[in-house]
Amino acid sequence: MVAIVGVGFCGFNSTTPDLSWKEIVYEAAIKAYSDAGINPRRDVDSFVTCEEDFWEGVAISDEFVPDQLGAVVKPTCTVCSDFLYGLATAYMQIKSGLAEIVVLEAHSKASDLKTLGNAIRHAMDPIWLRPISRAHPYYLAALEMQIYMCERGLCEEDVARVVVKNKNNALLNPSAPYAANVKLEDVMRSPKVFDPLKKMEIAQTSDGAVILVVASDEVARKLTDTPIWIKGIGWWTETNSYDTASFSALYAYKAAKMAYKMAGIANPVKEVDFAEVDDRFAFKELQHIEALQFANKFEVARLLRDGYFDRDGVIPVNVSGGSLGVGNLLECTGGQKTLEVILQLRGEAGKRQIDAEVGVAQVWRYLPTFSGAVAVLGV
Amino acid sequence: MAVGKRKIECPLYAEGTAVSEEDIKTRKVTHYEDHPDIRYSWTAGQAISRFLNGLKEGKILGVKCDGCKRIMVPPRMFCELCYKPIDGWVELKDTGTILTYSISYIDPDARPLPKPIVVALIQIDGASQNMAIMHLIGEIEPEKVYVGMRVKAVWKPENEREGSVTDIKYWKPLEG
Repeated sequence: MVAIVGVGFCGFNSTTPDLSWKEIVYEAAIKAYSDAGINPRRDVDSFVTCEEDFWEGVAISDEFVPDQLGAVVKPTCTVCSDFLYGLATAYMQIKSGLAEIVVLEAHSKASDLKTLGNAIRHAMDPIWLRPISRAHPYYLAALEMQIYMCERGLCEEDVARVVVKNKNNALLNPSAPYAANVKLEDVMRSPKVFDPLKKMEIAQTSDGAVILVVASDEVARKLTDTPIWIKGIGWWTETNSYDTASFSALYAYKAAKMAYKMAGIANPVKEVDFAEVDDRFAFKELQHIEALQFANKFEVARLLRDGYFDRDGVIPVNVSGGSLGVGNLLECTGGQKTLEVILQLRGEAGKRQIDAEVGVAQVWRYLPTFSGAVAVLGV
Repeated sequence: MAVGKRKIECPLYAEGTAVSEEDIKTRKVTHYEDHPDIRYSWTAGQAISRFLNGLKEGKILGVKCDGCKRIMVPPRMFCELCYKPIDGWVELKDTGTILTYSISYIDPDARPLPKPIVVALIQIDGASQNMAIMHLIGEIEPEKVYVGMRVKAVWKPENEREGSVTDIKYWKPLEG
């Protein structure tokens, strides 16, 4: 098996005017190395980083990675995707015997990007999707939300409850800049900026970095008494475009199948204790709960209303506050979700600690994609 | 038969048939044009902010590491070789030596430049080996620039400086 033996993070903040993204990464990396008890200049065989040039504002952005990670003149590679895809890469490098210790990094300096909407728009097909609308591309999420609500028979309150749960969960997380004591009526009053999508149902961006130290079975047992095992990992892509998608988060369902199979999980409801899922648009959490097989597709909303996914529920979802509480961390979103699962499994989650032995981290590749990844972690 | 033994009449390069501007204007080549407007405002952070503020005051600031004994410029908050926080700040001279240079005659659109541009890597006096900064060379005929040439910064007037690498206009030959 492959284990996580060190974790460090910096943030999360809505903006970070005092630090460059490199300084944010350095702070997170120092914490991860000290947590794992390793020296990156001596002990690390490979560094994997996750970034996307358009978020960064520089092309070939992976070239800017080594200094702040201690990876100068070392094997380094970048996965142009979310942190969880990087975790899969780190896992494979160790399983293949190429490396014994791999460092995994992702960060967000979303506050440096002045035109998030136009960057997202740049990911749309330039010939038949981009010319259609000049609206902020959040409308793409609203398109998906509309059909999902119709097919599942959801009312507005069903989606709004996700915001209430997550922003309140975030109140116990000192690293959640968008925590708020909101009630259902507050969310219901939030303007529908992209009907049916309400403003409060959209996760705002935040800055931060997450670094993991991942190690082989043998090395992990030497380094720590509390390794967090990567029991399963999966990723999947449905289609590249809005005109051919299923709008039911098939990517998450398939990625979860892959991860569950690897982890030997036959009944997720019984075998998974909690999950951190992608909720960068509130309705996405409902989709993803369904895709992770925590509930029947027509029961998700009712179970959410009944408290099944609350922090003291049967399967707590987004105890950290999720992206609605912590913020949209771009390619580091899966990093924040993995971080929360690790902290909970180690018993280091402070005031928001729950009792758990197996946790799931799930991420979507954000607008305008139908891709995602899932990791099953356990003690 | 080996190609080299044949008398080859065609030129060493083949021009092919270029797409003309007319072809594009008349949409003979089917296409859709878009000009994305994606803007950034990169936070300079602790180290580079201090460096840029130094430039505004006409100073080149570096940092030192007591581990590897290097004096580094541009500055950073950590030594990437020793992987530890830096040990202090130093003011460097605004003189240096050309490590390498190139004379450019063509702009990014492949149009001839009105005047050639000389870009050089300048090893700053007082900084460690391989701690050069990239900048322009001026007040000299491009053909007369050479590797190892001693140069000095030519600063913008104080009231025009804005905390940018362009607060130094260019580097000129150091007389004597």
